[in-house]
Amino acid sequence: MIVPIKTYYKVAVSLLVLFILTVAIAYVDLGSWNIIVALIIATIKALFVVLYFMHVRYSSRVTWLFALAGFFWLIILFTFTMSDYLTRS
Amino acid sequence: MHSEHSSAVAHQFLDMEQQRESTLLGMWAFLVTEVLFFGGLFISYLVFRAWYPHAFVLGSHELNVTLGAINTAVLLGSSLTMALAVHAAQEGKAKKIVRFMGATLLLGLVFLGIKSFEYSHKFHENLFPGASFSFEGPDAPQVQIYFTLYFLMTGVHALHMIIGMAILLLMLFRARSGRYTAEYYAPVETFGLYWHFVDIVWIFLYPLLYLIHPQ
Repeated sequence: MIVPIKTYYKVAVSLLVLFILTVAIAYVDLGSWNIIVALIIATIKALFVVLYFMHVRYSSRVTWLFALAGFFWLIILFTFTMSDYLTRS
Repeated sequence: MHSEHSSAVAHQFLDMEQQRESTLLGMWAFLVTEVLFFGGLFISYLVFRAWYPHAFVLGSHELNVTLGAINTAVLLGSSLTMALAVHAAQEGKAKKIVRFMGATLLLGLVFLGIKSFEYSHKFHENLFPGASFSFEGPDAPQVQIYFTLYFLMTGVHALHMIIGMAILLLMLFRARSGRYTAEYYAPVETFGLYWHFVDIVWIFLYPLLYLIHPQ
């Protein structure tokens, strides 16, 4: 299906707003929360790109499966590695 | 049964739609391996940052937040123009495909121009890891780890952009000769997936490398 052109502009504006938000929040001292907030905003931005620019929202289930597989293995990599390094005494 | 068969459909596919879906899935499979390739770099970053938080702050202060911000906006813009190129391809508008691909290419060049300016500045200040690395203070070895990660992650990202731009240039010429139509646009859409992925990598790189604790 052809995504309406307006959707692309809306997504681009949302990405721009989230980008400005990331920069602004970086200047507020939240301690160790800074990196968590930055990663959450980046993940939301990535989700916008994947769903609209990369058409996953309008794609077949097998495409969803492929996209989720990448995310799934990435989470395994991060969770298992950090659960070791962050719990060493 | 094979009434939809045209010269643009390869033997092994039933019709254009099946061919398109397979092409896109091939790129998705590649991108999954790319996610894990970059994932290895990101997890190294997280482990070292957890170990040496102070050195990472010092290292990030050597970067130019404004130049990084401009590049983030430039890359975001190039993702938009690429999405519009795919849209033009789906509608079979050859002239528009060429225009938006050209804009994407131009924005890619701007990004790499700014990046090389930043790199040369770092080389000049002896911040490139190796024998000539120098940094004042007790945290120097750990700051060098930060810069190793900085050059590795942004370098591999820039390499992805250079490869992408070479392919994009080829596709731009093909688009100009009317290769892509409203029926046959899968190559443009498939390349778009790659380009957007490279943008996503930068979406994470910018806050992690530049915005750790800006002054």
